Amino acid sequence: MFRYILKRLVIMVPTLLITSLLIFWAMDLAGGDPVDQILPENASVAQRDAMRQQMGFNDPFMIRYLRYIKGIVTGDMGKSYISGEDVFKTFMGRLHMTLLLGGTALIFACIISIPLGIYTALHENTWKDTAAMVFALFGQSMPNFWLGLMLILLFSLKLGLLPSGGTGGIRYLILPSVTVGLSLAALLTRTTRSAMLDVIRQDYMTTARAKGASYQRVIYNHGLRNALIPIITAIGMQFSYVMTGSALAETVFGWPGIGRLVVESINKRDTPMVTGSIILCCVLMAVINLSVDIIYAFCDPRIKAQYSSKG
Amino acid sequence: MKQAKKTIDGEVVYRGRSMGQETWRRLKKNKGAMIGIAFLILLILATTIANFVYDYDTDIIAMSRDRFLAPCKDHIFGTDNMGRDIFARVIYGAKYSLFISLGSTAIGLLVGLFLGALAGYYGGLIDNVIMRLTDIFYSIPYIMIAVVVVSLLGTSTMSLLFAMALGTFSAFARITRASIMTVRDQEFIEAGYAMGLPTWKIIIKHVLPNCLSPIIVQTTLKVGANIISASSLSFLGVGVTPPTPEWGAMLSDGRSYIRSSGWMCLFPGLAIMFTVLALNLLGDGLRDAMDPKLKK
Repeated sequence: MFRYILKRLVIMVPTLLITSLLIFWAMDLAGGDPVDQILPENASVAQRDAMRQQMGFNDPFMIRYLRYIKGIVTGDMGKSYISGEDVFKTFMGRLHMTLLLGGTALIFACIISIPLGIYTALHENTWKDTAAMVFALFGQSMPNFWLGLMLILLFSLKLGLLPSGGTGGIRYLILPSVTVGLSLAALLTRTTRSAMLDVIRQDYMTTARAKGASYQRVIYNHGLRNALIPIITAIGMQFSYVMTGSALAETVFGWPGIGRLVVESINKRDTPMVTGSIILCCVLMAVINLSVDIIYAFCDPRIKAQYSSKG
Repeated sequence: MKQAKKTIDGEVVYRGRSMGQETWRRLKKNKGAMIGIAFLILLILATTIANFVYDYDTDIIAMSRDRFLAPCKDHIFGTDNMGRDIFARVIYGAKYSLFISLGSTAIGLLVGLFLGALAGYYGGLIDNVIMRLTDIFYSIPYIMIAVVVVSLLGTSTMSLLFAMALGTFSAFARITRASIMTVRDQEFIEAGYAMGLPTWKIIIKHVLPNCLSPIIVQTTLKVGANIISASSLSFLGVGVTPPTPEWGAMLSDGRSYIRSSGWMCLFPGLAIMFTVLALNLLGDGLRDAMDPKLKK
């Protein structure tokens, strides 16, 4: 198991290097002359040249890239051209807001979808099943930023129950998390339902009942535990969706997370901030994906054995 | 699965149905899929007609005095902040969403098929390199890919299309690879080699047709997902920009007036939702129709 994690970490390094190289290269081409953005318009040619020399903009591309990588490792990813703020610090200062939003959305989705999925699987082909599946189909077909707008329209403007944006207590978290979480809940309901349907037809379920285990116990201990792997896979594959969904919800609700940071920076053409945030997002995604794979192993002894034998 | 086809000299000849006929026969029984197909045909017809009836410069982007009219008899979806008829814009704008999502899915599909087939068929080093590459694109949220592409190429319909194709191909590459690995070691492939067929011909004529069902289903669902992605990106300002009546761009406009004129946000969103719903219904129907386990 330990060797498996180590191997994955070793693969992660070149992957992240290539990703960051691609992003750095694209943003370098796209960014235009950074000196125009830093210095005022009336700066003289000599001042511009001095600035270029001082910031190292004249160096060859690979040198600048390697310097950037060195910066990532030491937590120095340059400063914003617009506000002068440190990119790494700004990103880290906003990260917890996105994690809070994404995490709440995920919990919300699981609380709704797993019980609903089990329930529909146990009542297959009844009207309750159909109703839940129609709900799931609509939930999956809705763009989540639009759902956010509709929630604002209903709960903030018509009913006046919840705030339409900003941050503060738990009340501010409800609408954004529902916005991110609903289509996730729809997807997970369908996954849970089909995983449970597969499992409840297995012979070991009948055996467990025959041996006198209670209905509840069979469903939750024997059934759900075996159905859990496809569910976790589905959750694991949705992390990049959660990031995207958060970026949209952050824009709709004025939530100060990293998604909004990227969108704002791109509108201001703040190249160091965009480059840095995107690269850090990729690092984050790589770490999350690895964690999901490790969690698998803890849920399913069969996978753990597979990892250990492969080494 | 045999069907009496025709008689030759009084003798009944049995012929099996082709995969396409069989799928269609079973798809016809699926109410949801039929509703989905009907909606999509209707939408394509409506937007085609709208593009003949409405003039882009005078009906779609020109300002008028009837600003912020709530839905009424003359404007069934109401009018927006520039006094433009929202119904006309929604119907006219369907072509942008459909074009971008179909185009990006098609490019993503072709690239994904090619890479997935290479990786799955050859395995080894080629497989490793290709799959690590697709992993990169698979794990980056598509918004981030789009931000990079759009800052490189500028905001335009084509750069949005290209960005979304980059976000799409990895899913197809994975599916193709997985299904090819299941058929690659079967006898009929070996038979192909024994007959002296070249590898590319074996891949295209014998391997790919046997992996088609999951790819077709995924394509249908991806077109729907890409409609949502395209409108999301336009909403964030990194896709199609106003005054083009793309649904996401219209929502982005409407957001500023949500307090006074909620209908500006309502109708473009409903249009997205029902179009995606239709595609999802069709995708689910196809999945059921092509699943050999469900064959009766």
